[in-house]
Amino acid sequence: MGQYILRRLLQAIPLLIGVSMLGFAMMHLAPGGPLAVYTLNPTITAQDIERIKQVFGLDQPVYIQYLKWAYGMFTGNWGNTFFGGRPVLTVILERFPATLLLMGSGMSLAIVIGMLIGILGAVRRYSVFDYLATTGAMVALSFPTFWFGLMMIFIFALKLGWMPSGGMFTLGGEEDVLDLLRHLAMPAIVLALVLVAQWSRYTRSSFLEVIHQDYIRTAKSKGLAGGRILFRHAFPNAVAPLIALAGVQLPWLFSGALVTETIFGWPGMGRLFVDALTMKEYPVLMGMVMITAGAVIIGNLLADVINALLDPRIRLD
Amino acid sequence: MARTRSMRPGGGEAGELYESQARRIWRRFLHHRLAVAGGCVVILLLGMALLADVLSPHDPLDLDTTRRFISPLSRGEYMLGTDEMGRDTLARLIHGGRISLVVGIAAMFATIVTGLLIGLLSGFYGGKVDNLLMRFTDTMLCFPQVFLLLVLAAFITPTVISIALIIGLTSWMEVARIIRAQILYIKEQDFVQAAFALGASGGRVMFKELLPNAIAPVLVSATLNVANAVLMESYISFLGYGIQPPVASWGNMLTNAQAYFDLAPWLAILPGVMITLTVMSFNFLGDGLRDALDPRLRM
Repeated sequence: MGQYILRRLLQAIPLLIGVSMLGFAMMHLAPGGPLAVYTLNPTITAQDIERIKQVFGLDQPVYIQYLKWAYGMFTGNWGNTFFGGRPVLTVILERFPATLLLMGSGMSLAIVIGMLIGILGAVRRYSVFDYLATTGAMVALSFPTFWFGLMMIFIFALKLGWMPSGGMFTLGGEEDVLDLLRHLAMPAIVLALVLVAQWSRYTRSSFLEVIHQDYIRTAKSKGLAGGRILFRHAFPNAVAPLIALAGVQLPWLFSGALVTETIFGWPGMGRLFVDALTMKEYPVLMGMVMITAGAVIIGNLLADVINALLDPRIRLD
Repeated sequence: MARTRSMRPGGGEAGELYESQARRIWRRFLHHRLAVAGGCVVILLLGMALLADVLSPHDPLDLDTTRRFISPLSRGEYMLGTDEMGRDTLARLIHGGRISLVVGIAAMFATIVTGLLIGLLSGFYGGKVDNLLMRFTDTMLCFPQVFLLLVLAAFITPTVISIALIIGLTSWMEVARIIRAQILYIKEQDFVQAAFALGASGGRVMFKELLPNAIAPVLVSATLNVANAVLMESYISFLGYGIQPPVASWGNMLTNAQAYFDLAPWLAILPGVMITLTVMSFNFLGDGLRDALDPRLRM
């Protein structure tokens, strides 16, 4: 097991290097490069630019710059924001809890509902429910997340007045858990929609594969109850391949959270990204791109390790 | 379909085999009713985009603040009402659809060409080339697409072509993987080995033997990719970094809709319905094509 984890860790290293190189290249692609904010400022002279270049080490060869930048990234020195001059890493990490809460709730919701729909669909294959569920999943996959969010706000906040239309807490109200949950409900559902569709599709096909295997037939012929067979015998084997799905969904989860946070005014990393975009805060933008890509690598690594813990066959590959 | 075609030794008999195969695929496709419906809607949407100037009752850019927020179906002249600048919603939906579809289809071509090239090179050459290209693919897959798109969109001057290009350059990875797997499989087939034995050059084998036999999954990916590209265009245009006003796209028509919810809910509802309908139709069409072309690919 230890060997497997070590091997997977080593495989993640070239990915991290690749991600950092692409991130660095992107920063230099920016109009005006990393100095855009200074060169666009008319009060700064050419001499000033030269001086700033020296301060930032931009007069050095590209590979030296890259190594310095990568070292800084690795040691947590992500530079300061153009406006306000606060450390980029701090600014991003401040927003992390809100995003984690939103993504965690959306994902949990999606896994529970999606798996229930998927299992029911697999057990009652070709039934009306199965047909509606598979068609519904396809429709849900076609919804633009932001529009689904807009429609939810329109119906449940504006027309019916059941839900708050945005934010994390009621302004001036008591910031307790109940208030938080009321504000979390709609964004979490919006974020979960596409994920539910994916989970139900994958769960359905994974269960279909398992419940037609011999050992399930044996269990049936022994006269075991259907529910017991499903959850004690079929479930572990059907779920194992689905764990990887959670890892694969992570990039989408970040993208979805960005859009959802923008619609609902949720004070997370996605909102920060959109705000940084309007302010042309390149250090924050690049930091966010790197942190999300890093999270995706770690998430996939975790999914693989959990999978290997559950299924000894994987370790031996 | 394509596999039969390249195995065809030439002659009437095999030609008939090809025909019947095509007919079988067609029959399987017709069996998938939602895919047929999706195909019909796609044709209608493409027709609408082509004939936008003829179909559109008004100029989509013609603004007049004396006729703001006319409700749909209230006056004969503006069937779907007007927006906050008094522009005809129907005209903007039709012209916005043209933009969204052009971006979607152009982005699909960029996706397919990039994915095809990388998958083909990777699968054909194997070894170091394969390793390098696949690690690059894995790296690209680590970035959340919307984040990448927004950063790139902020760097460039947004036009239909540049938006389509950046969508293509951030979504080719899946195609590359599918093509690579397909090429690895076909490469081992006898007819490819025969081509090598006959002394065919690498390029010839790649483009004359391998590529035509990978057409089925490419066709399916292409269809599904239009759906994804339309969706991505709507995301970034909605956030203000895609197609720029006053030119309408379904995404940017929704940008300000939230502000006029109470006054004009149709401005928020109609463009979203069009996006969903379009994406759904391409998704169903792609799904049906997959089942019809190669039942083994069915999930």
